This record gives sequence, C-alpha cells and structure tokens, in this order.
Amino acid sequence: MKIPLVYNVRSIRQRPVSTAMTGLGIALVVAVFVAMLALANGFRAALVRSGSPDNVMVLRRGADSELSSGISRESARLIAADPRVAVDAQNRPLASPEVFVVINIPRAVGEGVNNVVARGVNEQAFPVRNIHITEGRTFRSGQSEIIIGEKIVPRFAHTALGDTLRFANRGWVVVGHFSAGGSALESEIWGENEQFMPVFRGEVFQSVIVRLKDRASFPEIKRTLEGDQRLTVQAQRESDFYRGQSTLLTNILTSLAIMITSIMAIGAIFGAVNTMYAAVSSRTSEIAVLLTLGFAPRSVMASFLVESAVIALLGGIAGGLLALPINGIVTSTTNWNSFSEVAFSFRVTPGLLLSGAIFAVVMGLVGGFFPAWRAARLQVVQALR
Amino acid sequence: MKLIPLVLANLRRHRLRTLLTTLGVSLAMFLFASLRSVVTTLNAGTEIASASRMVVQNANAIVFTLPMSYRARLAAVPGVTEVSWANWFGGQYGDGRVFFGQFAVDPESYFTMYPEIQVPPDQLDAFKHERTAAIVGKGLMDLFGWHVGQNVTLRGTIFPGDWVFTIRGVYTPSNKALDDRSFLFQYAYLDERTEHRIEPGWYTLKLSDPALAPQVAHTVDDMFRNSSAATKTGTEKAFNQSFVTMWGNVQFLMNSIGMAVVFAILMVTGNAMMMTARERTGEVAVLKTIGFTDRTLFVLVMMEAGLVTFTGAFIGLMGAKALYSSSGFNGFGFLPGFDVTTATLAIGFGITLVLALASGLVPALRAYRLPIVQALRHVE
Repeated sequence: MKIPLVYNVRSIRQRPVSTAMTGLGIALVVAVFVAMLALANGFRAALVRSGSPDNVMVLRRGADSELSSGISRESARLIAADPRVAVDAQNRPLASPEVFVVINIPRAVGEGVNNVVARGVNEQAFPVRNIHITEGRTFRSGQSEIIIGEKIVPRFAHTALGDTLRFANRGWVVVGHFSAGGSALESEIWGENEQFMPVFRGEVFQSVIVRLKDRASFPEIKRTLEGDQRLTVQAQRESDFYRGQSTLLTNILTSLAIMITSIMAIGAIFGAVNTMYAAVSSRTSEIAVLLTLGFAPRSVMASFLVESAVIALLGGIAGGLLALPINGIVTSTTNWNSFSEVAFSFRVTPGLLLSGAIFAVVMGLVGGFFPAWRAARLQVVQALR
Repeated sequence: MKLIPLVLANLRRHRLRTLLTTLGVSLAMFLFASLRSVVTTLNAGTEIASASRMVVQNANAIVFTLPMSYRARLAAVPGVTEVSWANWFGGQYGDGRVFFGQFAVDPESYFTMYPEIQVPPDQLDAFKHERTAAIVGKGLMDLFGWHVGQNVTLRGTIFPGDWVFTIRGVYTPSNKALDDRSFLFQYAYLDERTEHRIEPGWYTLKLSDPALAPQVAHTVDDMFRNSSAATKTGTEKAFNQSFVTMWGNVQFLMNSIGMAVVFAILMVTGNAMMMTARERTGEVAVLKTIGFTDRTLFVLVMMEAGLVTFTGAFIGLMGAKALYSSSGFNGFGFLPGFDVTTATLAIGFGITLVLALASGLVPALRAYRLPIVQALRHVE
C-alpha cells in the first residue's frame, strides 16, 4: 500500500527552512541551466530564421562565408536566369545579387566601434528575404540612403530616422528601419547594391540569393549551377547555410552550459542527500511505526523518494521562474563566419522549462535515493527502542 | 586552540554530511576559479600587448585592405622605427573542423617586430629562403602531429585553390598567453599566386617611445584621411581588446554564473550547519552547564563552519590550479595560456570567508543565546 502524499507534505512543513534552502540550491542550478541554454537557443534561432529552405544561396566555389565570396555581374545574371527561379508579377526573377561587407560603426553607449554587416541588395531582396519596413520607408534607387535592422537601432549611434551615418567616406541617410522575423538580418544595414558596390569592393557581388518555384527542385538547380562551365560557384539551401554558421557557437555554448550545470548539480545533490538523511534520522521512530503498521519497506522508500523529488521539483519551478525574466533580453556576440555583430534575444521556450523541471526531479531522485534506501531497511525493533 | 579536538570530534559525528558539504564547497570553488579564469585569460591576451607597437587598419573595417604604398609613408612618420605588414589567409586544413589563424607575413620585418615569437635562427633562415615555406606554432604542430620538412595543404576560402606549404620552422611563444597555434607563411607567396595584386590587411608599427603613440596615431590617420583607404591607428592593446569585446559580454555572463554558484553552495553549507546545530541543542546546554561560556560556544560553531568551508575551498581552488596547469587546457585553442591567477585564488578564499561567516552565523548565534533550562527540558 502506498503512503499518502499528505504525510510528506506535513513532514516538509515541520522543517521549512531546511527544505527551502535545499530547494533554493536546486533552483539556482536550474536557473543557470535554463539561462545558458536560452542564450544558445536565442543565437541559433536568430541564425536559423535568417534562412529559408525555399531559397538558394550561391557563393563562389570554396568560399565558406559571404565575406570570402565573390560573384561577377555576368555570373549573377546567369544564375538569375535559371528556369527554376521563381518570378514576380512583372515576370522578373526573384533573385537578389548582394554586396556583403563588414563595416565599423560607433556604438550608441560608451566609446568604441563594432563590426556590422552592410548588405547591398536590389528590390527583389525584400520578397525573397521576407523583410518588412517597420518605420520610415525603403531606400530609393540611386540615392545614398540606407535602412537599418531594428535589433541594432538602439545599439549604435546615428541610426535613428533622418540621421546620417558615415562610412566608406560618404554620408548615408537613414530612411527606414526593418524587421526580419527575429533573424540575424535584423542586425544588418541595408542599402542599394549598385550604391555599395563602387564604394566597397568594386565590380563584384558576394552572393546571389534566389527563390525557388518549388523547393524540391533544389538538387537540380544545384547540379546545373555547379556543373555550368561558365560559373565557379557552389549552391546551398539558404537555411543550411545559416544553420552551418550557427553550429560552432551553439555547440560551444551548449557544452559550456552542460559542463557548468553538471558540476553545480553535483553540489546541489550533495545538499539534497544531507537534507534527506537528516529527515530520515529525525523521523526514525515514525518510519518504524509505519513499518509496524504494515507498510512495505518499498512503500517507505517510495515515499521518501517522492518527498525528495517534490522538494526538487518545487526548486526546479522556482529556478525556471527565476530565469524567465531574461526571456527576450537582447544581447550580442560575433558571428565569426561573417566577422560581424549579431544581436539576438534570449529564448526561454516551454520545452526548455520542461527540461529544467525534469533536470530538477532527477537531482531530487538521485539525492534522495540512499537516504530512502536507509529508511526502507530500518530495523523496526531497534528503531522503536 | 584547545577547542580544535572538540571541533574535529563534532565533524566526525556525521562523517558523510561533513564529507558531502566539504566536497560541495570544493566543486563550487572549482567552478568559480574556472569561470573567473576564462575572463582573466581573455584579458591577459590584451595585457601582454607591447606598448611600443601600434596597428594600422582600414577605417571601414578590418576586412578591408590597405595599399602597399602606405609602407614607405608609414616608415617616414616621426617616431616609427619599423614597419611590418600581414594578411589574413583564412584557409582550412583537412575537414576544416579545427580553426587556427594563418597569416601571410613579411619574413624580414615580422620576426624582428615580434621578438616574442621565437624561432631557432637556422629555421628562420630556411624560412626566408623558400617562397612556400611556413613557420608553425608548437601547439599546432603537436595538435596535428606535423614535423619539420612536411608538406601541408590548406584550402583557401578567401584565396581560392589548394595551397601547399613546406614547414621549415617551429615557433614557441615566449609568453604562455600568446597563441601557439598560428601558421605563418610568406606574403610574397600569397601575392605571386593570386591573379590580382593583393594588399596588406594591416600594418604594424614599432615606436621608438611608447609615449608617442597618440601623436603617431594622429599623424597617420590625418595623412590618409582623404585617400581611398582611410586608416584607423591604435595601440596593439586596443587592437587585441577589440577582438575580446567581439565575443560579447563574457565577463558579465561568467560573473553572473559565478554568483549563482556561490549562492547555491551557501544554501548547501548553511543548511548543513543549521541541521547540525539543531541536533545538538541538548549538548550545547550541557556544555554551558559544565562551564563553557556563551562566547566559546559561538566560536566553536564558527570554527566548525570555517574548517569545512576552507578545507573545501582549498581542495577546489588548488585543484583547479593544479588541473589546468598540468593538463595544459587552452579552451580548444580559444584560450591560450589558460591559468588560474593568484588574484583569482585570493578572491576565492575571500568568498570562502564570507561563506563561512554566512553559513555559521545563524547556528552560532543560536548556540550563543541558548537558555540552558529551556534547552535541557527537551532532552530525553
């Protein structure tokens, strides 16, 4: 027969401070666990969202990023002319030959500069990339005008509408801010490709992004483009390209999170072991009474395990709540593939909170195991003496 | 001092609890030392920068180059004694999973500019006389199991194609905090094999006097302000610092985690001390009856807390120091010269003191204030 849960709840109430401290120890471990994974999650999400499986990213063969790539005008025209590329209402191909550079612009707070992506695009980039102007308007063709991703607007100086940002020996008027579904593109500065080309790297694009009519035709277009004698390019699904850029840092962050929290968890488990042993020894006679009443040793063991798990679960929930406020906070790091700053939000997902809670329960069960084992094996006669 | 046997006897009573609490503190302090060392190691990279060197880069961003013609004009700036230049190659070796820096350097000026990159004179000589020669850091040699004389092929990402180099020398940095995983080769090789003319990614200047740095920066940047490639000149320290800040706010991240670790362990030790004190209520009353003063009992509990936390901290902090210095951990190449500094150890012991006081105070006060009569009433 099972020992009712009420027994555990009342027992816990007998020693609130000790229980709270054990729970809080576990809460802190879970909070660090959730927070660090939220960081890794946020970074990955920002990059993964930047790419769509419907789009193809064409770079020079051998280039591992847009920064090291180069595609001539002629090649860009050939790529856009592929029959598998989708077209807009005016029957123009949905292809965006882009100029990609990294520039230093001054920070909004404090001194110093940071590397930011400046991307020169044509008007097709907006439907291809799902970009929305949130404020102002888009740049006009032939003008020194730029639009700025909304994530970096508060982080850098001279990014408000109407401001003039200086780079490449020219002043550029900020005419709009744009959003891109929380992706890394929101950390970029966009202008017209024909304006960026002469001032930066000369007569060459860095990449061509095309929208496919049918995403299943990717293997065909890849084969055609890479096999074309006139081109030296490689084609990748845009989503794979960005996922590839996110793996290194995401892996570092995730393994760091796991390493740190496992060491912390061992400490918290030690705390739980101490608490549960103390609970068992202070309740020796109670346990003996339970055993005398006919409760099986297995039930006693289960009861103590449940008690430990419940304390840990409460701690886990508290830890999740503790970490919750960081959701949405914007931080930044560098995407080393493009050598530029990426601003992204911490992402606390329900799945992450659930794994935090499971992690807590596991800590509780591990910590409660030996004390519960001792309780179950108590010699009744000795204990009642 | 007379109290020590009594403290030890008390600790021995719940051996498991004492052991677990001590180990808990060890783990926490180990973690603290590791986290703080990440920050100190990152900063050490900027500390070692020479005050008499400056870096000139393109004002647009480091990814843009500077004309070769700047070399002579930079050398003519008053206060500049030497000029060297280099370019980032960005190739991949094998499957490209291991990242390491590859630089095209000027063989004549680079090694006098950086005396801390130490190469045996005969190897340096061999390097200078062969276009495709390379000098490789000791750490990278060991990592891939390369040997001198071996041919190594790098796949260029910025400069397309397969590039074959012959390793002619191995450098060992004079300071542990310097990267020993770089791959250096001749700038001329890069220039000759590339179809179009290439340009240096940055220039390094050596100054006759570090105090001239602000003035030189001004002169250089003014000189090129209206040219096709405006420059940004700064000290080597600022240059290195700019790479550290690119990681984001690592310091804040590490400090916040460190705080959480310390608080979590405070919960564990504090709880253990309180449980111990509660179990001994009767005993404390007996000790008071036979003449122990309130103050002695207070000290007794504090000593117990102190002994557990300091033993734990000693194991954790010294363990971290010993582990990292013996294993040569370098954060997969990102953190060369990873080391637990003396300052980190001192701060660790400082935190331990706070930990001991915070976890011992409540139970110690309880022992101090305990009225004998009331306490003895509970003793069966």
